[in-house]
Order: sequence, then structure tokens, then C-alpha cells
Amino acid sequence: MPAVQETVERVRRIDVDQYRYGFETVIESDKAPKGLSEDTVRFISAKKDEPAWMLEWRLEAFRRWLTMTEPTWARVNYPKIDYQDLYYYAAPKPKKTLSSIDEIDPVILKTYEKLGIPLREVAILEGVEPPAGGEQTPSRKIAVDAVFDSVSVATTFKAELKKAGVIFMPISEAIREHPELVQKYLGTVVPTSDNYFATLNSAVFSDGSFVYVPPGVRCPMELSTYFRINERNTGQFERTLIIADKGSYVSYLEGCTAPQRDENQLHAAVVELVALDDAEIKYSTVQNWYPGNSEGKGGIYNFVTKRGDCRGRNSKISWTQVETGSAITWKYPSCILRGDNSSGEFYSIAISNGFQQVDSGTKMIHLGKNTSSRIISKGIAAGKSQNTYRGLVSAHRKATGARNYTACDSLLIGDKCGAHTVPYVEAKNSSATFEHEATTSKISEDVLFYCIQRGLSQEEAVGLVVNGFVKDVLQQLPMEFAVEAQKLISISLEGSVG
Amino acid sequence: MSLLEVKDLQVRVEEREILHGLSLTVNPGQVHAIMGPNGSGKSTLSHVIAGKPGYEVTGGQILFKGEDLLEMEPNERAARGVFLAFQYPVEIPGVTTWNFLHAALNAQRKARGEEEISSPAFLKKVREVAKSLNIPQDMLKRGVNVGFSGGEKKRNEILQMALFEPAVCILDEMDSGLDIDALRIAADGVNALRSPERAMVVITHYQRLLNYIVPDVVHVMSKGRVVKSGGKELALELEESGYAQFEDAA
Repeated sequence: MPAVQETVERVRRIDVDQYRYGFETVIESDKAPKGLSEDTVRFISAKKDEPAWMLEWRLEAFRRWLTMTEPTWARVNYPKIDYQDLYYYAAPKPKKTLSSIDEIDPVILKTYEKLGIPLREVAILEGVEPPAGGEQTPSRKIAVDAVFDSVSVATTFKAELKKAGVIFMPISEAIREHPELVQKYLGTVVPTSDNYFATLNSAVFSDGSFVYVPPGVRCPMELSTYFRINERNTGQFERTLIIADKGSYVSYLEGCTAPQRDENQLHAAVVELVALDDAEIKYSTVQNWYPGNSEGKGGIYNFVTKRGDCRGRNSKISWTQVETGSAITWKYPSCILRGDNSSGEFYSIAISNGFQQVDSGTKMIHLGKNTSSRIISKGIAAGKSQNTYRGLVSAHRKATGARNYTACDSLLIGDKCGAHTVPYVEAKNSSATFEHEATTSKISEDVLFYCIQRGLSQEEAVGLVVNGFVKDVLQQLPMEFAVEAQKLISISLEGSVG
Repeated sequence: MSLLEVKDLQVRVEEREILHGLSLTVNPGQVHAIMGPNGSGKSTLSHVIAGKPGYEVTGGQILFKGEDLLEMEPNERAARGVFLAFQYPVEIPGVTTWNFLHAALNAQRKARGEEEISSPAFLKKVREVAKSLNIPQDMLKRGVNVGFSGGEKKRNEILQMALFEPAVCILDEMDSGLDIDALRIAADGVNALRSPERAMVVITHYQRLLNYIVPDVVHVMSKGRVVKSGGKELALELEESGYAQFEDAA
């Protein structure tokens, strides 16, 4: 049997159930009544002890949402979602009010341990000073905010960040503690009326992370949020807001997993980034939501709106994403290049296997003068999956000297999958320079045989070729994440090859 | 015991028989040349020995050190010492040559139950081998065969041969696409790897290559069979009179 044929056979037999994070945590939870109404919105707002302006903001979004229809332009197919058949809020029932990480329910701590997320920092726990002489190497430290269903359960390294003036906390806390910042920036990048899923999120978002980096501060460590959907029939609607004030820098990582379930689960997040003059934000995602089983049953519907606003001069926003999970991915992390000389980057690896459907890409909106953007997208399709890159690059008529470079490469494994590239390019002034390159290739039998003749197994051969294919993007990830992502890529493609 | 023994081999590709009972015995230290016109089955033979998918063996057998080679997976054959130098080596973008060679060597060592070789130790080894073959170091840092000239690709094959130290090397049309200088350099590399333990099977269309790699035995193939075998002078004879005389014999 020719090698590719064999690969295809294996793909047919694959069991996507090798998903390693598919376990469920049994824990009592506090849920909102099923369904969505103004009461649900009020319930969530009350649970979070929110000020009146926040509730008003949510209700306005909810009323707007009622008038909207679900978008259908993406190359994804799924049965109609019954929005009344979902829970919009679920929180693990706390045994008592938490004052330190040691009081977090051990069941939850164990869940994160199992996922490999260290909430219990070796030396520094929340609010606990490092022992004298116990200096840690700053580069290895990552502060983690852990979101379990609808609530943030722990944020590490809070005290140390505070010393640097960095605010890193659950957004529900920020709404109460830093209302002036939240009110000033929330919804200014992704307005409540932006799109169906973002509007829904605005009405019912329950938690997420909030970051503020003051002027001139280089955030002393990587910030990270880890999202976990646990409850059945529960949507996760997290909201993240990151503000890098003038001349500051922050690198933020996001990871996601969910239990294996037969029914689909909805995830509709909104992420807003604001970079002021000379500020830089680097946002990295390793998305590993449950992709569904080998028959295409179950898995997360991932409808996410992520957008960064390069509001100030010389500001920079860089998105890096490794997308391996979800049954459906609908996601376009974008940059609005408003400030003169600002720049945006989008580095993406999107892998689809089994019955996964990915429609992802980016938008680079050039508004300021001499703005530049760079898009490197690597799509890998295996099994019976469909993988679409959809991107928009546009230059406003005042955006003189706008530059963009786009490279979209697709790699096909087997002949039952599809890769599609849908680029939109609009230049409204004559000084814009836009370049677009796209390639589609297949791991050919000849390449596989060459590797195998040198002693590699078929699986090792595909791994090697794929890693070569995605290398440019992997290099953009922070070290720890790159290693993790590389492992994840090989797991995602396990079984798609011999 | 002979190193490689092909006995009455019959091979089909998509219902069409390409090899109709081919036999060949190669002993350690020997260099065999297989010559023949296009379509005589030379490349098919090399592919079947290496285990390339897409060929159906309908009869005969291949023994390697007395064991049934056809029962082994292609990567297992590589680990045991069967090396095929490709006529058209493939390009693998994004994978550096030295990374590729390291992964391949370790895969072979692992299959043989040997310890894997560490990165520093490997780097030292591969640099030495490259130096001995006059291969520039920067070739190791480039993507496998990406942007290589025809000559560089063939030298990369020889580098791998030197690194993996196989028992049998099959050189498939090594001279194709090479000018005379590149050919000489490649041939020098091959000659440096001749040893009393190692055998080589040189597949070629033209006698030219055999001026540089002098064979012990020459076989003429036609229509899927070996129709004549002899010493190195047979190659010269072919150069004079061409393959036509064997068409009827086949």
C-alpha cells in the first residue's frame, strides 16, 4: 500500500479520544438557572457583586444581542445552538471565603496539578514574601490566573507584581477594585455591538483576567491565564482586558482545556488589548479545548473575538497562537494599527484532525501613518477536517506608507481533508505596500520514504516534516510554551500517521 | 555467506510485471555495477531492496546477511545497514540537515538497541565526517537539500552514507544531473567509503561513472532480467556496441 494511502487508512481509524485532558472534576457547583434572559444577566452581575454601571452595560449588550443573528459566513457547519439550553454561570462551591491559596478546594488544586499548571508556587504563594536569600531567577517565573468554569480560582505572584506596579487579577475583582481603569477601556476595542458572539459575551461574561502595566514598566514575569471548562452544558464566556500604558511591555500566555463530553460545549470569549505610545503586548495562546471524538461527536465550539488596539505611536501588538483543539474554531485575533508607526503581528499554527473545523485568521487594519503588519499562518489539516485561513489586510486612505507581509502555508496529510485560504486585501491609498504569499503542500510519499529509508519511523518522519513546517511560528512562543506546543502538535497528529 | 542475495525476484507495479525473475549475489567488499537501458527495471530493483511502497513482490526472495529482507519494514532495513542513495533526493524545508541526520542516526541506533548519541557528540562526529569528504560546514545548517545544487544533493547522500556506515549501499543513477567535476567529487566520496566489509551496487545508465568508481562485477539488465554478467571490461564493451544486442537475449 502506498505510504499516503496507508496514512489515510490510519486517519480513518484514529481515535481522537487520546485527548489527555478529558477528565472531569467532580465538585459541587453553584449554577445560574438554565437559559438566558435579563434575569440571568442580573444573576451573574449580582454574583459578582458588581456596581450598577456594569449591570447596565451588560443589560444593554443583552438587549442588543436579542436583535442580532448568528453569523453564517465562516466555513464551518454545526447544528443550531439552543441558547436557552445552556447554563451561563457555574462556580465551584467554595467551602468558605478564601484568604490564601492553601484554602482553595484541594479538588481544584488537584485538577490544575493534573493539567500541569502550578498554582502552588514553590517559594512564593499569594501574599507570602520570599524567604531571605531565596532569590529566584526572574526569567523562569510565570504568574498564573486560573479560571475554572465561570470564576477565577487563583492568581499567583500577586504580591511581587504589585511591587512592580502591575495589576494582574480576575476581571471580576478589577471591576470592583479598579473601576476607573475598567470603565475607561472595557469595550473600547471590541464594542458591545461588535458581533453576535462578542455581544453575547458582553452580556454574560463571568470572569477572565485583567492586566494593567503602568507607564515605563517592563512586566517582570510572563503572565498566564489557564481556562478550564468543567461543568456539563455550561458555556464559558471569559473576558480579558490588557492595557499596556506608555512605554511598557508585557507578555501574556493563555492555555485552555476541557473534559471529554459527548455534547458540544460553547466557548465565546472576548479579549481586548490596548497598547499606548511605545508600549508592546505579546499575547500567546495554546488552545487545546476538547476536539470531539473520532466520530466527530462532542467537542468545544470556540467562537472567540480577540482584538488589539495599537492606540499609541510606535506601539506594537503581537499575537501568536497554536490552535489544536475545539470541534469548531471561529477566531480572528486582529490588530487595529491606529498610532503612527505602530506594528501588528500574527503568527499562527492551526491544526485540524478528525472532524475538526477551523476558520481562523486575522485582520490588520492600518489607520495610522507608516504602520506595518506581518502575518505568518501555518495550517495543517489531517483526517476529515477542514482548515480555512481567513484574513483581511486593509489600509485607510490616511494610512500612508502602510506595509504588510502575509505568508499563508497549508500542509495536507491524507486526502479527506481540506485547506482553504481566503485573503481580503483593501488598499485605499497608493502608498501602501502589501505582499501576499500562499502555498499548499502535501507530505508526499517521496519525502516520507526518504526519511524512512534513513531509519525514521513513519510517525517520526511526519513529526519532523511538520516541525520544520511550523518552525517559524514556534520560535515566536516563549520557551516553555514552545516546548509544550511542540509536544501538543505531535499529540494532535498522533494516529494521523503510521 | 553473501551479503545480499536476490533470488528469482518477480515484481509488479499496478498489475504490470517489471522484474521477471532477477537474480544477483553480492559479497562483502565487492562493487557491482548494474547497467541497462531506460525501463529495464534498474530503479525498481533499488526501490524493492529499500522497501519503497507501491511495489508488489509476486515471487522470489531477497536475503540480507541470510535473513529475509522483504519481511522487514523499510526503516528496519536502514537500521540493519541497507542504504539507498537516491537519484532525486527530496527537499525538506525547515528541517536543518544536521538535525535530520541526528534524528535519523538516533532512530537507527535505537532500533539496533544502541544508546542514542547526544547533540554535542553528534555535532563533533558529523563535522569530522563532513571534513573528511570536503563538505562545507554550512551545508549542515541549511534545510535538507533546500536550494542545493545537483552536486550538493549527491554529496549530501554520500555524507549520510559515511555517517550511517551501512553494509550495503545502493547508488541509484548517481551521475544523473552532474557535470564532470561534480561527478568526480561524488565518485571520490564513494571510493573513500569502499571497504572489505561493505558492498556497493552502482546503478547507472552510462559507462562514464564507472571510470571513476571501478566495479568488480558488471551486470547488464534488459526487460526485467540480468542478461549478462562479467568483469569491468563488460562496461566498456557496452559503451562501444550499445544495449541493442541484448534486447533479443531478454
